Amino acid sequence: MSEIENGVTEASENKEAITSLLFQLADDDFLYAYRGSEWLGLAPHIEEDVASSSISQDSMGHAAMYYKLLEELGVGNADDLAHLRPAHERRNSILTERVNGEGFYMETPNYDWAYQVVRSYFYTQAKKVKVDSLCQSSYKPVAEVAVKVKMELYYHRLHWETWFKQLLSSTDVAKKKMNEAITRVMDDFGDMFSFGIQKQAIEKYKLIDSEEKLKENWLASIEPVFAALQMTVPTIPETLANNGRNGEHTVDLDEALRTLSEVYKVDPVASW
Amino acid sequence: MTTLHNMSDEDLLARFMERIEAGDKIEADDWMPEEYRLTLIKLISMHGISEIMGALPEKEWVPRAPSLQRKLGIMAKVQDEMGHGQLLLRVTEDLLKPYGKNRGDLLQDLFNGDLKFHNVFHMETKSWADAGIIGWLVDGAAIITQTDMLGASYGPYARALQRICAEEVFHAQHGESIILALAEGTDEQKAMIQEALDRWWESLLMFFGPASKETTGSSKQDVTIKYKIRTKTNEDFRQIFFDKYIPRILSLGLTIPDPTFHFDEESGLWSYKQPDWEEFKRIIKNKGPRSQARLNLRRSSYENNAWVRDALSATVN
Repeated sequence: MSEIENGVTEASENKEAITSLLFQLADDDFLYAYRGSEWLGLAPHIEEDVASSSISQDSMGHAAMYYKLLEELGVGNADDLAHLRPAHERRNSILTERVNGEGFYMETPNYDWAYQVVRSYFYTQAKKVKVDSLCQSSYKPVAEVAVKVKMELYYHRLHWETWFKQLLSSTDVAKKKMNEAITRVMDDFGDMFSFGIQKQAIEKYKLIDSEEKLKENWLASIEPVFAALQMTVPTIPETLANNGRNGEHTVDLDEALRTLSEVYKVDPVASW
Repeated sequence: MTTLHNMSDEDLLARFMERIEAGDKIEADDWMPEEYRLTLIKLISMHGISEIMGALPEKEWVPRAPSLQRKLGIMAKVQDEMGHGQLLLRVTEDLLKPYGKNRGDLLQDLFNGDLKFHNVFHMETKSWADAGIIGWLVDGAAIITQTDMLGASYGPYARALQRICAEEVFHAQHGESIILALAEGTDEQKAMIQEALDRWWESLLMFFGPASKETTGSSKQDVTIKYKIRTKTNEDFRQIFFDKYIPRILSLGLTIPDPTFHFDEESGLWSYKQPDWEEFKRIIKNKGPRSQARLNLRRSSYENNAWVRDALSATVN
C-alpha cells in the first residue's frame, strides 16, 4: 500500500479513519493529562509532585500535537477541538476520564495514589504499544509525531513501572490497595485498544496495528513485571458497558469537560 | 596554628564576620553563629514552602487555562515552582541537621502554623486574569527580592537562586503574555484584568513586608542585611517594583486602585496608601481567605498518603 501523505486527496473513508484514530489519541492524552494535573500538590512527596507534573505536561503536549494534526486535516481549529466538542463526540477511553477519587480538586479531595499508579502504568504501557506501532503508520504525519512522543514516553513508563513494582513488593496495606486498584482499572480497560466503529478502516489502511495485535503486545510487555511479582497478568475485558471510542461515556467526562473549557467558553472567538 | 576546635565562640564569630565582610561564601558544613543559621532556616524554609503553597492557587487554573498553549505554559510553570520548593527544602534540610530535624518536621511546622508562607498565596483566585497577575506581578515582585540575594553569603542558597531566578523570568513573561492577550482583547477581557489588579494591589504591596519592624512588631531585614544575605530593605524593594511596573501597568490602560498614588518629585519616591498591616499579620497567621483551604489540601494529602510513605520506607529498609 502506498504511503498516505496528507489525507487531503485521499478517499473520504480514509480521512474518516485517520480522523477517528487521531481523536482517540488526542482525547486520551488530553484527559489523562487533566487527571494528572488534578494531583498537583497532592502527590506523596515533593519529588513526585515535580515528576508527575512533568509527565502531565508532556502528555498535554502530546494531545496538542494530535489536535494540531487534526487541524492540518481541516477538521477544525485545534483549540476548538480540544475545548468545545461535547462528551458524545469524544473518543477517549473510559479509563482516562475516570475521576481520581472523591471530591473536587480545589477543595479537599480524597484521591487514591494506588489508583493513580496503576492507571498511569497500564495506560502508559498501552500508549507505548500504540506509539511503537504508530512509528510505522501508513499515515506519515502521525508517524512523525509518534517518534517525538516515544522519546518522552520512555521516562513516563519507567517512572510508573518503578512505582508499580515498589508498591506491590512492600507492605500488606500497599499490596491490598494496589490489587484493588488493578481490579478497578481493568474494569475500565475494555475499550483501551478498541478503534470503535472505525476498526475496519483503521486496520485496513494500516494506520496502526490491529486491536488484537496491540492487546497481545500489551500483555507481553507487562508479563515480565507480573512474573517478577509472582502475580497473574490481568485479563482485558471482552464485553464493555461503554465504548469511549464510539462516544459512549460516563458522567465523569461531563464534569472534566466543564472544568477544561470553563474559561475558553466565556468567548471561544476571543484571543486568550 | 589555632584550630577551630580550640577557638572561643567569640573568636569564631569574629572570624565568621571577617569572612562575611570579605564576601566569602559560607557552606553548609562551615561554622556559623546560631543567629545566622536560624535566620537562614526561617528565610529559606519560608521561601521553599511558599513555592509549594504558591503552586496551589495557580493549580486552580491549570485545567481551566483557555487554550492548549496556555495549558502547557501554566503546567510548565507550576512544575517549576514545585521544583524550586524541592530545591529550597533540600537547602533547608542541610541547615536543620544540627537540630535533628528533617522535611517531615518542616511539613508539621507548616500544618501547625509555625512555618509561614507568603501572604499572596493565602488569597483567593477568581478569574483567569489572576493567573496572569500572579505570573506577571507576583513573580515579578519575587524576582526583585530574589535577584538581590543572588550574591547571598550562604553559598547553597545563592546557587539555588541562580536557577530559580532564571526560571522566574520565564514565569513573569508567561504572566505578562496572558495579561497582554487580555489587554488587547474584548471589553470583558479588559475588565477582567482591572478587576484582578484591584483585588491583588494590597497583597502586592504587602509582598515586600513592612517598611520597619515598628509596623508589625517583627522584621528580619536588619539581620539579613548584617549577614549580607541581602542588601536592600523592604521599602527599597517596593520602590524598585513601582519603578519597574507602574509604567507598564499604566501603558495597558489600567488604573492603579489607589487615588493617592503618585511619584513624589522631592523625595524621588513613590507615595502610596499603606496597606492594612493588621490584615497582613492575620493573613500570614493563616487567617487569610484561602489559608485553611490550601493548608487542608496539603494536610489531607499528607494523611491520605501516609500508607505510601510507609510502603516506601518498608521497601528501602
